[in-house]
Amino acid sequence: MNALRMAGILAAALVVQTTLARFLVRGSIGVDLVLVAVVYLSLRAGPTAGIVSGTLAGLAQDALTTGIVGIGSLGKAVVGYLSGTVGRAFIVAQPVPRFLVFFAATLVEMAIVVLFHLALDPVRSAVPAGAVVAQALGNALVGVVAFQLAESVPRALERRRAGR
Amino acid sequence: MALPNIRQRSGYLLLAVVVGHVILISAQVTSRSGVPLLQAAVFGAIAEVQLGTGAVVDAVRNGWEGYVALRGVRRENQALQARVRDLEIALQRRQALADESGRLRQLLGLRDRLGLPTRAAEVIGASPTADFRTVTIDRGTDDGVRADMAVVAPAGAVGRVVTPLGHASKVQLLVDRNAAVAVVARRSRVQGIAVGTGENLLQLEYVAATADLKTGDELVTSGIDGIYPPGFVVGRVESVARTGGSLGAVRVRPAVDFSSLEQVLVVLAPPTPAGGGPAPSSAETRQ
Repeated sequence: MNALRMAGILAAALVVQTTLARFLVRGSIGVDLVLVAVVYLSLRAGPTAGIVSGTLAGLAQDALTTGIVGIGSLGKAVVGYLSGTVGRAFIVAQPVPRFLVFFAATLVEMAIVVLFHLALDPVRSAVPAGAVVAQALGNALVGVVAFQLAESVPRALERRRAGR
Repeated sequence: MALPNIRQRSGYLLLAVVVGHVILISAQVTSRSGVPLLQAAVFGAIAEVQLGTGAVVDAVRNGWEGYVALRGVRRENQALQARVRDLEIALQRRQALADESGRLRQLLGLRDRLGLPTRAAEVIGASPTADFRTVTIDRGTDDGVRADMAVVAPAGAVGRVVTPLGHASKVQLLVDRNAAVAVVARRSRVQGIAVGTGENLLQLEYVAATADLKTGDELVTSGIDGIYPPGFVVGRVESVARTGGSLGAVRVRPAVDFSSLEQVLVVLAPPTPAGGGPAPSSAETRQ
């Protein structure tokens, strides 16, 4: 996967996330499409790509918020590295392992973000565990579906071309 | 081998990214002191380095200044000590001059108040024995000084000239055992003769047994002795002894500190007796 394609995926995730935020986020529960894209790219391209994509996408995402720039990107960079490492060390080709990777990646990313926020601003209330789990489930579902689509659509198109 | 290399490389990259993020986050967070964390951390680190560097520089400088640069200091120290001695002597000389100037000013003021012809004199010697209380002044007959002329100081009466020579004179102090002076109490106007005891006290004699005298009364010269002009302080009554209601011994503390006499005035014109009679012979001379 070349860098341009990776950048396109990340940009698309960011655009969709920002434009469809009102549908993707309900209160403190929401789907983080950017994180899904980072984990996806990490599993496909490895830890280095995961770090780079996590950093860049996270910085862009943080820049659009009013919070401290860097916390989200740090979380995504770490998640990108871990996901990429897992993707290299294990075979993550089935929906269930992918689901677990997306789920765990979300927990790790949220843990980093929450810990940083609590350390820098103790008054800030912690995110409810239920919301964290709900977001992890949502990201995992979207991630698995995205993977299936990314793999099945090109194959279906190829078969269709071959049938003609 | 490729996999570990890739992992290693990505690990370094992650480390760099994490460090970069920490710096980025710190730059945006303000510490409790109001200074951004990054600035505080960088400043703190640099300050520590500066402290360490400063300590090393100070140690080197102290070592240099305390040991290496001390060559020749002994010579300089000796020169400085000599200079300090010279300055101390000069200071003492100036102090003495200032003291003398003060005393002379007092004497000048006294001369103006007196309205009598006087001659300033300096005490240049004291009695060689303790039995007689005299001093030598640097004025004599060449300066117009004659025997029985009164000698006074700003604090009060001092004594009288007993032996005038050409350029010096011997002055009998009031406390000499052979001296006497006619006095009057400033409060009660009681008159008497204060005679010397040889110590730093006078004794009041020729006083009526019912005289009104109290401790603390100030005695001044009455002028009837023909030697001392009237109004000069002689001393204060220190104690009054009474036996059966009549007056006993009256001791008087002189106003002048005879141990520190340096400049005096010689009254060149004896006043005319103002007591309505000749001065008592004991007041004129008892020696």
